[in-house]
Amino acid sequence: MTQFIDLTLSGISNGAIYAAVALALVLIWRATRIVNFAQGAMLMITTYIAAALVEAGNPYWLALVVAVAAGLVFGALTELVLIRRVESAPPINAVIVTLGLLVFLEALAGMIWSDTPRAFPAAFSIQGYEVGHTRILFSPNSTFIVCVVALVALALGALFRYTSLGLKLRAAAFAPEVARLLGVRVGRMFTIGWALAAGVGALAGALVAPSTFVGPSNFDPILIFAFTAAVLGGLESPLGAIVGGVLIGLVLSYVSGYEGEALAPLAALAMLLLTLMLRPTGIFAASRERRV
Amino acid sequence: MLEVQDLVCEYGAIRALDGVSLQAAAGSVTAVLGANGAGKTTLLRAISGLKRPRAGRVALDGREITAAGVEEIVRLGLLHVPEGRGVIAELTVAENLRLGALARGARRGDGIEAIYELFPPLRARRSEPAASLSGGERQMLSIGRALMAAPKALLLDEPSLGLAPLIVAQIMGLVRELCEERRIAVLLVEQNARSALSIADHALVLDLGHVVASETPEQLAREHELLHAYLGY
Amino acid sequence: MRALARVGAVRAAVVVLLAALAFGAVSSLVGEYRDLQLADGAYYFAALIGLSVLIGFGGKISLGHGAFMAVGAYAVALLVADEHWPLVGALAAATAVSALVGAVLGAAASRLQGPYLAGVTLTLAVALPQIGNRFPETLGGENGLVIDPPAPPSFLGSSFPPQRYLAWIAGLGALAALFFIYNMTRSGAGRALRAVRDDEVAAALCGCHVGRTQTVAFVLSAACAGLGGGLATVVLQLAQPGAFPLELSLRIFAAAVIGGVGSLWGAFWAAALLVLLPNWSHDIAQSLSLSGNVAANLPLAIYGVMLIVAMLLWPGGIQAGLRQLSGLLKRAYSSRHSVTQSNPAK
Repeated sequence: MTQFIDLTLSGISNGAIYAAVALALVLIWRATRIVNFAQGAMLMITTYIAAALVEAGNPYWLALVVAVAAGLVFGALTELVLIRRVESAPPINAVIVTLGLLVFLEALAGMIWSDTPRAFPAAFSIQGYEVGHTRILFSPNSTFIVCVVALVALALGALFRYTSLGLKLRAAAFAPEVARLLGVRVGRMFTIGWALAAGVGALAGALVAPSTFVGPSNFDPILIFAFTAAVLGGLESPLGAIVGGVLIGLVLSYVSGYEGEALAPLAALAMLLLTLMLRPTGIFAASRERRV
Repeated sequence: MLEVQDLVCEYGAIRALDGVSLQAAAGSVTAVLGANGAGKTTLLRAISGLKRPRAGRVALDGREITAAGVEEIVRLGLLHVPEGRGVIAELTVAENLRLGALARGARRGDGIEAIYELFPPLRARRSEPAASLSGGERQMLSIGRALMAAPKALLLDEPSLGLAPLIVAQIMGLVRELCEERRIAVLLVEQNARSALSIADHALVLDLGHVVASETPEQLAREHELLHAYLGY
Repeated sequence: MRALARVGAVRAAVVVLLAALAFGAVSSLVGEYRDLQLADGAYYFAALIGLSVLIGFGGKISLGHGAFMAVGAYAVALLVADEHWPLVGALAAATAVSALVGAVLGAAASRLQGPYLAGVTLTLAVALPQIGNRFPETLGGENGLVIDPPAPPSFLGSSFPPQRYLAWIAGLGALAALFFIYNMTRSGAGRALRAVRDDEVAAALCGCHVGRTQTVAFVLSAACAGLGGGLATVVLQLAQPGAFPLELSLRIFAAAVIGGVGSLWGAFWAAALLVLLPNWSHDIAQSLSLSGNVAANLPLAIYGVMLIVAMLLWPGGIQAGLRQLSGLLKRAYSSRHSVTQSNPAK
C-alpha cells in the first residue's frame, strides 16, 4: 500500500513534466499543424545552457530564467529559419525537418558537452517529506514542479482565453487565411506560438533534469511520453495535454514500480496504440462541427 | 471610394483577370456577376492583397494599395468576407466579433452591442462556438465581424451561397441599409444575379477575366441576351 | 494477367542476378576489411529497401525500423544459439517474426497520418530494444546474446576467408529482400500503394483497399528490416540492446530519406552512406584534428543537417537529385540539338 501511494505521488510529479512538454507539443500543433519531434532535443540544449551557467557558479534561479529565455528565442528562430520554409510543403516534409533538427541537436550537444551525462541541481530539497515515520516519494522539489507546471498552464490558459494576443493566436491557428483577412499577422502568430512552446519546454527540461541528468539523448523518453500524453488528450487541447500528462505519469509510474523501468516505454506504446485505435481524437474530443 | 484599374492576374499560364477596371463609390453597392471561373473571386483576392496582381492598380480613397500586405490593407479599412462564410468555427460568436474590432486596432469590446442590435440572433448565441450556427447566422456573423472593423470598403464573396431565398433577401436588405447608413463602398460578388441586382447601384459582368458589361441594373435587366449568355437567366 | 506477373518475376530475377554478380565480383576483389563493410552495407540495404518503399510509395514515415531490426536480430540469436537452427531457417523465422510485429503495428499504422505514425514508430524504437533488459535470463540483458561465427562450407575451399563468407550471407539476404520488394513495386500492389499515397479517396473509389494496401506495405518493410537485423546478428555474432538505440532508427531513416525514397537505387545509396559516412567523418575529423567528442558525433550531425537541407532544397533525395541533373543535362543537350536543326517544336 505504501508502495502504491509512493508510486502515485511520484507519478504525479513526473506527470507534471510530461504535461508541460505535451503542452509544448500541443501549442505547436495548434499553431502550425506540425508535431515538433525536436522538442525533446530543444529542451535538452536549453537545459545544457542552464547547467553550464550553474557550473560556472551562477545562481540556480538565474540559470532557470536564462534557460526559459533561451527556449523562447530558440523556438522563434526555429520557426522563422526552418519551419516557415516547409509550411506549404506536404506535412511529411515538416516532420522530417523536425527529425533532422532532433538528430542535429543531439549531435551538436555531444560535440560541445560530450556524450557523458552531467548532474543538474534541483531548486529545493529532493528528500521526500516525512509523514508519520516514513519518508514518502514526494519532496519539496516535487511540490515546486507541480506548482510551476500548474501555474504555467493557468497562465497560458488565461493568455489564450482573455487577451487579444491569445485571440489572434487562436484565430491564426484555426483559420490562417480568415485571420489574415482580419488583419492578423499570421506569420508572427506562428513564431510566437513556437516561442511559447519552446519556452514551456525549456522550463520542463530544467525541472526534470535533476532526475534524468543532462545528456544528449537523455530527454528522448520525455519526448515520447509527452507525445503519448498529447495524443491521449487529442493533440488539440491544452487541457487534454495536462490531463493526459498526469495520466501517463501515473501509468508509467505503476508500470515501472511493479514491472520494471524497462517496460515503461512499452506501456506508453500500448497506451498510444489503444488511444489511436479506440479514440483517435483523444479522450477530450471536441464536439463535431455542425455541417451546413 | 474603391478604384480598380486594368487589373491583370495570372495563375501560372492562365490569365484569370485580364484588364479589369471598376469604381465603387462610398455608400453604393457594386455587383460583380459572372459564371463559375469568370474571375470574380480572383478579383476580390487581388483587391484584398491575398493574390498579387501581375499588373494594374488598386486604390482606396485615393491611396494606392496594390502592393500593400493583406494586414495593412485591412487596417486601412478594406474588409474581405470570403466565400463559405469564413467564420472561425472553433471560436465563439463574441470572439469572432472581437477579432473584427482588433482589425481596426480598437479595444476589444467596442461596437459589439451595435452588431447585436443589427443581428439579434447573434446576441442569443454569443458564447457558443460559431460551429453551432446555422448558415444564415454564419453569414450574419461574418458580415457583423467585418462591420466591427468599421470598414470603408466591404468585399462580399457569394453571401447568398447555400442560403434559403427568404434569408438571402433579408441579408441583401441589410447590406443595402448598412451600405447607405455607414457610407461603405460594397463590392458584391454573386452568381445569384437576381438578388444581387435587386440592391446594386451598378453592375459588372465578368467573363473569362474580361468585363463584358458595366452598367446600371435596370439597363442590364433589359439586355436579356447578355444575361442569358453569361448568367444563365 | 498471370503471364504479365511471370514477366515481372523474370525481370526481378534478372535484376537480382545482375546485382548478385556485381556483389560477388566486388567481394572477390576487395580485402577482408572491405568484405566486412560489404556485409554491413548488405544488411543495412535489406532494412532500408523496405523503408524506402514505405516512405516513397506508401507516403508513411517509420522511425521504428531499428526496432524491427532488433526483433530480427534477437530472433536469429535465440534460434541459432539456443535452438541450434540452421542459419537459413533462423533468418526466415526472423523475417516472419518481425513481419508479425509489423502486422500488429501496421493495422494501426494504416489508419494513421504522418505525424501520428511517426510518433508511434518513434515510441516503438525507444520501447522495443529495452525488452532485452527486462528479461536478462532469456535475452541476456545488457550483454545480449552471442552466436558462434558461421564457418564457410567445405566446398568453398579451406582458404575461403570467413569475412567474405559473412559478406556473402548478408549479400544473399539483401538480394532476397531486393527480389521481393522489386516484385512488389512492379506489381498491382505497388501501383495501388502509389495510388493510395497520392489520393486515398480517389484510390478507394477505384476499388483499392486503402487500409489493407498500407498495412501490407508496412508489414513488408518490417519484414525486410527484421531480415536485416537477423543478418546483422550473423555478421556481428551479437545481439544486444545497445546495438539498437533510437539513434540507429533515426540514422536509418535519415539515410533512407537522403538516399532518395521510393527507388531501389535510393536504398543502395543510403546503405553506402550508412557504411561509408563514419569512415569519412573519421578521416575528416582526423585531418582537421578535431576533438574526440566532435569526431564521434560528426556523422550524426551530418545526417541531421542533410535531412534538413534535403527537405528545404531537394525533397527527393540524392537519387531524385541525380535524375533532376540528368534531366537538366538532357534538356540542355536536346535544346542545343534543336537549335542546330532549327526545330521550334518543344
